[in-house]
Amino acid sequence: MIRIENLSKSFTLHNQGGAVIPVMAGAALTVGPGECVGLTGQSGAGKSTLMRMVYGNYLAAGGRLMVGDLDVATAEPRQIIALRRQTLGYVSQFLRVVPRVPTLEVVAEPLLALGTPADQARERAASLLRRLNIPERLWSLSPTTFSGGEQQRVNIARGFAHAYPALLLDEPTASLDAANREVVLSLIEEAKARGAAILGIFHDEAARARVCDRLVDVTEFTPKAAA
Amino acid sequence: MTLMERMTMTDQPLLRVEGLTKRYGQRIGCADVSFDLYPGEVLGIVGESGSGKSTLLSCLAGHQRPDLGRIAYDGRDVLAMSETERRRLSRTDWAYVHQNPRDGLRMGVSAGGNVGERLMAVGARHYGDIRGKAADWLGRVEIAADRIDDRPSAFSGGMQQRLQIARNLVTGPRLVFMDEPTGGLDVSVQARLLDLLRGLVRDLGLSVIIVTHDLAVVRLLAHRLMVMKSGRVVEQGLTDQVLDDPQHAYTQLLVSSVLQV
Repeated sequence: MIRIENLSKSFTLHNQGGAVIPVMAGAALTVGPGECVGLTGQSGAGKSTLMRMVYGNYLAAGGRLMVGDLDVATAEPRQIIALRRQTLGYVSQFLRVVPRVPTLEVVAEPLLALGTPADQARERAASLLRRLNIPERLWSLSPTTFSGGEQQRVNIARGFAHAYPALLLDEPTASLDAANREVVLSLIEEAKARGAAILGIFHDEAARARVCDRLVDVTEFTPKAAA
Repeated sequence: MTLMERMTMTDQPLLRVEGLTKRYGQRIGCADVSFDLYPGEVLGIVGESGSGKSTLLSCLAGHQRPDLGRIAYDGRDVLAMSETERRRLSRTDWAYVHQNPRDGLRMGVSAGGNVGERLMAVGARHYGDIRGKAADWLGRVEIAADRIDDRPSAFSGGMQQRLQIARNLVTGPRLVFMDEPTGGLDVSVQARLLDLLRGLVRDLGLSVIIVTHDLAVVRLLAHRLMVMKSGRVVEQGLTDQVLDDPQHAYTQLLVSSVLQV
């Protein structure tokens, strides 16, 4: 489902004398349907950079980056928008929403964007929020006022609302209590069971051991000249 | 077929712009701008004052005639249309939200009249329907029902802007041009408006071209982003990609100059 070949990335800092910083070279990995692959490597090794490239948030400098049958490295913005809507979900570490939009709508939005009838979309959103222990009295409020942990759970609910064939998870269990961590791990297991290809970053070692089928150390992709 | 399927299956752009150039004597207004806009897409155009973004918008909307280039709307050559045809288009299929609400409103006509007038221009005649629809739209932009008979001159700047948006959207246009639409609004109204616009884009398959200098607004609203400097497009791409991984020196400067977007 996800196939990365010889992927490279560099940043050019035009406002700092045009310095070119190569951050990744020769990156390669695959994630099959129903499989969860964990990215490892110390902080700054490029785990998040690689995830952002798969999502089309960072531009690739070279190589191939297939998600389904689309090469994200060379795709048109419009193709990436369609990919994100239908195929590729992303649970980032931060929730970014329009202020004042109720939590229930924030979670239902990916489904509404796909044309799911509003009542069905809200029902699915409600069941996820309930599972993730967000009290019903908060659903009509904007998540921008919530605690960090609550925001993260809203973000997870939103990311799991649609059954994406491919999912990117950036620290989905960080700073969750034991009960909610368990809910998130079951959501991941259920997604795998229905055939989703998952690429994730998990600092939580027990979580990683439980859901990941394989690990890929991104340190291998650090450009040799910069090492 | 759902709206979504219809949108993703259409491979015809709603608006196709090629090589658009506008000069003011020796000075460049905008030069060699090309892009396609598809149904349901929101395109943000950012740049600082004098970058040509407002010139580009007014050429697209037919307020100014470009010197060079082509604009095709739904397969029709806009620059070759007669004035009558173009005016009909801007009353029905298009909408234009001005930066200054006074440019988009009739200040001597009541709020309800301002909204109803656009409905009448496309053939609505039943007074009760028109008033009912106007009241509904005033509610959607958070103008109290008891202000329907007040003139916009009695409104605050923020309320005027909200009224202008209601007036523009009441006829269900397919393409909306917006010039710094959230500039004069209270932060809370701006948020409500962003939410309203997102909902409309999603539910009606609306296409929007929004010119702004507010990167936070485009991040939340625009699918794609075009960055302009000195009349030219220096970078374009997915909104979050351009903001998070800008490639051009000017975009890098623009993004790094903002506290947080």
